[in-house]
Amino acid sequence: MRHVFSVRVGPVGFRVGSHWRTPIRQLATLYADYPRPENGVPDFTVRLFAHRPWRRVIRPAVMIGGDFMIPDAAPLPLAQGLLAAEMAMNLQMALGQRRYLLLHASAVERDGRVLLMTGESGSGKSTLAALLSRAGWRLMGDEFALIDPATGLAHAFPRLVSLKNEAIAAVEAAAPGARFGPLLEGTPKGAIRHLVPDAAAVATMDMPGRPALLLFPRFGFAPDIRAVAPGEVLMRLTQASTNYVAMGERGFTALTGLVRSVPARAIDYPDTDRALAQVAALWDAL
Amino acid sequence: MYSAAPADTLRIVPLDAFTAIYHRASGITHLVASPVPEILAALGPDGMTLPALTARLVERYDLLDADGAALRARLDELVAAGLARIA
Repeated sequence: MRHVFSVRVGPVGFRVGSHWRTPIRQLATLYADYPRPENGVPDFTVRLFAHRPWRRVIRPAVMIGGDFMIPDAAPLPLAQGLLAAEMAMNLQMALGQRRYLLLHASAVERDGRVLLMTGESGSGKSTLAALLSRAGWRLMGDEFALIDPATGLAHAFPRLVSLKNEAIAAVEAAAPGARFGPLLEGTPKGAIRHLVPDAAAVATMDMPGRPALLLFPRFGFAPDIRAVAPGEVLMRLTQASTNYVAMGERGFTALTGLVRSVPARAIDYPDTDRALAQVAALWDAL
Repeated sequence: MYSAAPADTLRIVPLDAFTAIYHRASGITHLVASPVPEILAALGPDGMTLPALTARLVERYDLLDADGAALRARLDELVAAGLARIA
């Protein structure tokens, strides 16, 4: 393809090709501090292409494709090309990753121990990870936690942090010196702005950590903390994993190992200050 | 005669009130509650008849109201899932 960008995020190398220059420029700017894929060979290839040749220029619409595709994906306007690239990279991971068990979770680390937060879109896992990364924690990722079945360790995958709607202003206020991508309005999930992980998160992204606490956050409820029993955790995490079935017995090993060794709590919170206090209290009690 | 599936075809991991069982042949994870783990443990690989299984469960777990029909229904479910076999 005419415009190409390659990047390595944690253990995964991507090559993004595009019919248009703009999304590639944005990726190159936002991922400027990231390394290239090892030996120049990417694990996954992503393509941003026009559905019809004339759609490169007339009301340009970005289709996403690559090694793994979903046939009925709707195109995005070119103004949301960066979002299309990020979604396409997610898609490759979700459908193609076989080395690690993927959990749809954010992850932050402190003293070699990892806090995993998983929940539906809107639960606040990205926001909390972004805010914790400004409060002494290392950001390991806001979208996928990578669990190695052989060791049980969580590997970092610190892609751009996808902030949505109210979370954008909250994180902008908490992280005035941080770098952000363009504000993308009117996306299928509302307004989106990407936060660039801080330099320490990128510099240490090859360092895995031992999972120590698993949280199921829920935003918009009166504050509450409940223990979640291992059987329920296993059930929830099979649903929060995009490749559990494809991983076969290695996925079972990784997941049961995690469930048996890591305490889990569901936390409800009405605002992020309260959530951060809940996290601090739970972490100190470990 | 019923028997448990051969031990090397299952991975059984107790969690809490639930036990996770990975069935290698199908790649399916079963999350089961009592009395399934107890039935599989009691059956063993050699197998036994329904009355013998009932007697063993009564002996091991102090069952007071052993119900042969209910136990047969559970066994048939386990056979359908591949976790037990009709010997």
